[in-house]
Amino acid sequence: MAFLEIANIQKRFALTTAVERVDLEVTRGEFVSFLGPSGCGKSTTLRIIAGFETPSAGAIRLDGVDITRRPPNQRHVGMVFQSYALFPNMTIAQNVGFGLKVAKKPAAEIARRVEEMLTLIKLPALGQRYPYQLSGGQQQRVALARALAIQPQVLLLDEPLSALDAKIRVALRNEIRSIQRKLDITTIYVTHDQEEALSLSDRIVVMNEGRVEQIGTPFEIYNAPATPFVAAFVGTLSILRGHVADPARGALVIDGQEVVAARGLEGARAGDACAVALRPEVVSLEGAAEDGNRMQGTVEDVNFLGSIVRVRVRFTDNTISLDTFNNPRLSPPQRGQPATVHFSRNAVLVLEAPTAG
Amino acid sequence: MTRGRLISWLLLLFGVLYFFVPLLGTLEFSLRYLRGRYSLTAYQIVLNDPRFLATIGYSTTLALATIAVGVVLVVPTAYWIQLRLPRLRPVVEFITLLPLVIPAIVFVFGYLRLYNSSSFLPLTGSERATDLLLTCSYVTLALPYMYRAVDTGLRAIDVRTLTEAAQSLGAAWSTILLRVILPNVRVAVLSGAFLTFAIVIGEFTMASLLNRPAFGPYLQNIGANRAYEPAALAIISFAITWASIGLIQVLGRGAPGQTVAR
Repeated sequence: MAFLEIANIQKRFALTTAVERVDLEVTRGEFVSFLGPSGCGKSTTLRIIAGFETPSAGAIRLDGVDITRRPPNQRHVGMVFQSYALFPNMTIAQNVGFGLKVAKKPAAEIARRVEEMLTLIKLPALGQRYPYQLSGGQQQRVALARALAIQPQVLLLDEPLSALDAKIRVALRNEIRSIQRKLDITTIYVTHDQEEALSLSDRIVVMNEGRVEQIGTPFEIYNAPATPFVAAFVGTLSILRGHVADPARGALVIDGQEVVAARGLEGARAGDACAVALRPEVVSLEGAAEDGNRMQGTVEDVNFLGSIVRVRVRFTDNTISLDTFNNPRLSPPQRGQPATVHFSRNAVLVLEAPTAG
Repeated sequence: MTRGRLISWLLLLFGVLYFFVPLLGTLEFSLRYLRGRYSLTAYQIVLNDPRFLATIGYSTTLALATIAVGVVLVVPTAYWIQLRLPRLRPVVEFITLLPLVIPAIVFVFGYLRLYNSSSFLPLTGSERATDLLLTCSYVTLALPYMYRAVDTGLRAIDVRTLTEAAQSLGAAWSTILLRVILPNVRVAVLSGAFLTFAIVIGEFTMASLLNRPAFGPYLQNIGANRAYEPAALAIISFAITWASIGLIQVLGRGAPGQTVAR
């Protein structure tokens, strides 16, 4: 049975629909991320769960109880905000203990729990400092401790790492996941960062224009995108446009070169316009299997990303990006040199239903 | 020194002279009570006058009451406007500005028409009720300063997120307002409070027309009948105002958590 149930939630503002029929069932202890671009409705959905927004239709049920109309201070959900939202007038210990004090817990219990939480976030010695005396990463850890101190039924995180720099972001996201696993707390995480969603989540809900595009595990979302939007939004993708040559063989022509797709061209007719997508990691500069595709072009750009070198190869109208591991003993490809790229038939994702060209 | 800097210094010097010369003149005059030498006699006379202590005590009491009513009225209003009704902000700002453009005498005549002893709410019927009416009129008079000060303070903090954070931790509205919002706009509220104090201490029109023993009418009365004492009283009034401004600075500096984040 679902622990948190979002049933047919809709949210309309004056002229716009922010959330359109969102359905989701979250099991106890699950980590679910809402992923999508700005304005896709992910934060609004989270705010509806928290009680800060009232849905225009639909229901939120927590552990079988309908909490749709319950005020936010009676929902018992912990929330972590992008801007930390620590109370500037209170010390770190007072911030962490605020929820417990509001709940009129005994002072000894508050002190014990605050200590426990500060130890959990590895800041046991900073209880007497004020928020402004802490770095951004430390403040966000305190915000997490404050939300967890009240032992909420669900933990909600609204882009908690967006305001932090890259290194701290990675460290803190690992810490969030480890704490979540340790406490086995049901967690809803909102982000526009696909890497964050892929690395943290048990399941990802990809949203676009208020609608759910796909719900699945990170593996499913990345490797089997259900819609062109998911394919384009999650991960880096090269989109190649051409036309269908022989639908029976799955053959297409892109910039005058034949490419064969293992699936996706069923029902297409020769001459139909078509778009296919390829992930950078499935394309290589070395020879692939015999049944694989090969295309010849010119190296247009080379980006050194540390452990990975991303190469962009241009054909005529289309370009393709591919990743190679950085090998210090070999020099990377040079701009302008001819290149042959290889990729398997199974790696070709037919994005759009072919239309007569 | 460049030409621009020289002009800036000259303008500053002009401003300082414009402000301080009359003040120094008043101070110097207030010390000339005794012929041929400077003395504090005018101050001694004023400070020993039982009417001075009575009127300053009365005005101080009313100022404190005005501040209390003003804070209770303005802080929740400005908070709610910022949080839930931002579209109403221009309307509320317009209303709070009205006391600056409508003369105090118009307000008093309005009050007298509405609350005279034969009206449905005879607030001028007794001294205590008139004090209440005077306090309310002072709240109106100080509204532009109190509202602006509090509104500026609220704009400096993320009211919405702090409120939502407190709500998610189980806090009710009263807890949010008293333990989260108010402490974080403390400096702004203090600024509004001291401005209110300075306005009430020197206010003449309303107190005079409502016939209440406030410091403003006393100041006017002394000024009309005596020579050196009014100058001493003016200096004392300035000292009170400056002390209020100084207190804003001192108390504001010590507010925890209101330093710029690193």
